[in-house]
Amino acid sequence: MNDTQRIVMTGIGLTAPNGNNLTDFRKALLDCKSGVKHHEIRYMGKQVAGMCDFDEYKYQSKKLRRRGTRAGSVSIYCANEAIQDAKLNWETVDKSMVGVYVGITEHGNVETEEEIFQMHQNGLDWKLWSPHHNPRTVANSPAGEVTLNLNITGPHYTLGSACAGGNVGIIQGVQQLLLGEVDLALAGGISESSQTFGIFAAFAAQGALAQNEDPSKASRPLDKNRNGIAISEGGCMYVLERLSDAKKRGAKIYAEIVGYAINSDATDFVNPNSERQVQCMHKAIKRAGLSVSDIDIVNMHATGTGTGDVNESEAVRSAFESSNKTFVNFTKGHIGHCMGAAGSLELAGNIPSFNDGLVHPGMNCTDLDPQCAIKNLVINEAKNVGNINYILNNSFGMLGINSALIVKKYTV
Amino acid sequence: MADVRQIVIDIIADIAPDEDVSNLDDVKSLREQLDLDSMDFLDIVMELRKRHKVEVPQEDYPKLATLASCVSYLSPKFATV
Repeated sequence: MNDTQRIVMTGIGLTAPNGNNLTDFRKALLDCKSGVKHHEIRYMGKQVAGMCDFDEYKYQSKKLRRRGTRAGSVSIYCANEAIQDAKLNWETVDKSMVGVYVGITEHGNVETEEEIFQMHQNGLDWKLWSPHHNPRTVANSPAGEVTLNLNITGPHYTLGSACAGGNVGIIQGVQQLLLGEVDLALAGGISESSQTFGIFAAFAAQGALAQNEDPSKASRPLDKNRNGIAISEGGCMYVLERLSDAKKRGAKIYAEIVGYAINSDATDFVNPNSERQVQCMHKAIKRAGLSVSDIDIVNMHATGTGTGDVNESEAVRSAFESSNKTFVNFTKGHIGHCMGAAGSLELAGNIPSFNDGLVHPGMNCTDLDPQCAIKNLVINEAKNVGNINYILNNSFGMLGINSALIVKKYTV
Repeated sequence: MADVRQIVIDIIADIAPDEDVSNLDDVKSLREQLDLDSMDFLDIVMELRKRHKVEVPQEDYPKLATLASCVSYLSPKFATV
């Protein structure tokens, strides 16, 4: 394939509840260091959640942070970190040919809740509703804030795709590069969901909110004693380029994106459909021109809910039945569910495997649910498997959106 | 009696946290001295209402141009809240 038709990752910027750069994040994943803690949530009191502690003012003034949103702040931090990591000379980059593609689960809940809270605190005075509420809550807001911060004049989209957002943002970036719409894409996913009480209350109402006296043990995907989702925030943005451009500037290349797929269950608002998940993974593998046994690592979406984990386990078992060399892990035991960031963040956590040959473990699965048993599942301890060439990253979301993304180790 | 000048400075300090508000000239336009835009002035109006129940109708916004004009315009309002 022509190098202009091959898309590579040349920069990674991230924040997770257990790390604010790839090195720290990877180490935390290998060491089973949790980022989930107890936090006070408005109205509800103490809840387990994953919050990020990156420096909001590293790339943004206090005034613009105040005017913008937490989602924008996460996006700006990750985008700037990715650019730095890619060693781009930002001054010379043609900003009209840069696109920003940010996957999100939802947007605007944090800001709307805060306005309503303030109105209630002030005698229902509707005139206190902020003039910033509209620009803060338009759906393009997180990606738009990145363009304001970095003076980018190319296109920007925020892609609403529930918890598949991270993968979807990357896929959109790939497609726009292949179409020639942009020369450089800042793509990934972000979430600030843990800043809003509504998502906690809604998962509690669904009986799907994780609880544990020890918050680091609350998120337990595939474990018999799992009791729901630990809600987290986070973000991960990538610099994506055509291989021809990356080579021209001598860029460090993390990985090549060789396959992807997005499909829809068309069956239920919240319950997943394993048959569609299998179809999605197989479609991505087919697009990459691979067979299932070529995939070395599958990162499961695995949220820690009863039904979701059983369904996905069934899907992964079925999709990789014919492969004996595909290892399977998951990330939410360490960081909780970073929602719109989950796909891009969890992929980043596995990318160093191309260099160190290790599969990081899924955490907190100490009593594996027999219904979630999967061949070559890596839990609680990292596994050294040597040469790793392909990683498949699953991310699924409500309303039945499924996504699978395949990256390949780049070799000259 | 409320220190209207300090009240306004405190609000500006919250709205424009990157700015130095320690040596403001009372008769010079606030926008000349600080990086403030029209949205910031809406925030000032909002905070006056939220914190001090002082209402500033839209037609009076120009009266908030300088610290001195803020004091002369707002002082009677603070006297009645």
